[in-house]
Amino acid sequence: MNTNRALNVILGIYVALIFAFVFAPIIFSMIFSFNSQRFPTIPLGSFTTEWYAKILADPDVWEAALNSLIVSTCTALIATFLGFCTAYSDFRYNFRLKGPYLALILLPPTIPLIIMALAMLAWFSRIGMSGQLYSVIIAHSVLTAPFAMAVIRLRLNQMDPDLESAAWNLGGSEWQTMRHVIIPFCKPAIASALFLTAAVSFDEFAVSWFVSGLNKTLPVIILEIVQGNIDPQVNAIGTFVFLISMTLVVLAQIFFASRQLKSIRT
Amino acid sequence: MPFKPGRNVNLYALTWRLPIIFWQFVFFVGPVLFMVAMSFFLVKNYRMTEAFEFVNWSRMLSRGYFWDSYWYTVIIASVSTVCAMCIAFPAAFALAFRASESTRRWAIFLLIIPFFTSYLVRTFSWFVILSESGVVNAMLATIGLGPYTMLNTNFGTLVGYMTLTLPLVVILQTVTMANIDKTLVEAARNLGCSAFRTIWQVIIPLSKTGLIIAAIFCFILSFGDFVAPFYLGGSQEPTLPILILDTTKSGQQWPRAAVVAIMMMLTLFAIAFIGIALAYRKPKGAK
Repeated sequence: MNTNRALNVILGIYVALIFAFVFAPIIFSMIFSFNSQRFPTIPLGSFTTEWYAKILADPDVWEAALNSLIVSTCTALIATFLGFCTAYSDFRYNFRLKGPYLALILLPPTIPLIIMALAMLAWFSRIGMSGQLYSVIIAHSVLTAPFAMAVIRLRLNQMDPDLESAAWNLGGSEWQTMRHVIIPFCKPAIASALFLTAAVSFDEFAVSWFVSGLNKTLPVIILEIVQGNIDPQVNAIGTFVFLISMTLVVLAQIFFASRQLKSIRT
Repeated sequence: MPFKPGRNVNLYALTWRLPIIFWQFVFFVGPVLFMVAMSFFLVKNYRMTEAFEFVNWSRMLSRGYFWDSYWYTVIIASVSTVCAMCIAFPAAFALAFRASESTRRWAIFLLIIPFFTSYLVRTFSWFVILSESGVVNAMLATIGLGPYTMLNTNFGTLVGYMTLTLPLVVILQTVTMANIDKTLVEAARNLGCSAFRTIWQVIIPLSKTGLIIAAIFCFILSFGDFVAPFYLGGSQEPTLPILILDTTKSGQQWPRAAVVAIMMMLTLFAIAFIGIALAYRKPKGAK
């Protein structure tokens, strides 16, 4: 029994080390963003907000932040709409070529972003849509729709399939049933999908870098600053980006988990 | 039309079915097919002209640097996959078998956060931490070691890959192992099977499918990432994603970059195909 307890302690420490490794870059980035030294190390220098003052005074950063906000909001709305449509089609209908149909939405995340970036850049240039903010939005909606689809599809799994037919038997049309039964049932998952797709879009840099042209988003600005030199401003922007995307992911998970509580009550 | 008549195909059904078909054909299938076509185009005076020539293919595939880069990328992505799978396994094992349901849920909740959180900034943070005068070397110096050069080495690249893949691999392994039938594990133990033999002959075979899928995702992510090899590995030996980047951004050689991209996709298809075939292969002796 003693060896068993010892093993549990060792495994516990091991798990803690893994978490330390995973969260170290996030935590250090936040610490260094308040550190006065240009080349941060231990012991730390004095506390400063110089780097924050610098990025707040930079109009490029403001513009990029605005672009990022627009892109991630629009992406979230489009991707969640596409994800909902597909999840519902998959839930409700059986049809031929359903495999390829689902592959169409689920494949993009399995293709490396650098390849999607090249393909999107070439295609958008060819059809005269490159270098615009909407190019980034379109590309991101392709990349993030599968996440929205997965989240909403899992929620639909928990719905009693008879619920829909019950609504029809009570005289509701398909459209009314959608509006009064299915959408309310999926609400938490829709919220979750919106936050998750916004987070992915907010952090995506490869495709944004290729197709955005002069309309840079925050990750693209970061990418340009870090080209080969240490600039503590990145820690300040990075901390800001971390806080936003972590908030979005946490919200997505809270809404995703809330569905379970709700379905127990109903 | 692929739809059978009389099978609930009406305006309502199409409203939900068509958006993704339209959207993905125009903005996903279109770009990918165009990239394939583009690999046969010609570049004259920095302008791309539509053609059907094999010159980009023959030029790229006959170059030594392409194949150097190709095998380097395959090998380092494989090493990354093996490392991630091995490093993650004890943690996933602990979370799946030794932790309570709620601890496991919290752990997964926490690991999902970094997976969706700015990989670029996390890599840059490692750049600072691992540098010659960085935190790791400062800590090692207090016990009289170092300084070690960790940036611009394969080690640096691998740290970046682990940052990208470890959260996902731990999550996938944990979920897979938490779902296997615990009575089988107990049975093996009660029949006198040692702990390591139980892991090797009971737990791993039972969670094979999930483990292989985790490995495939890990390989895809490492294989396609340009940030870790560029910033932490110093791109001394450029990986294929860096080759795409360089070829696209400098010199406007999009068709040649397309050749590299297609070679990457073919490699990933092959790996995914073999992996999935292995994952769903019935074990010997099973009915």
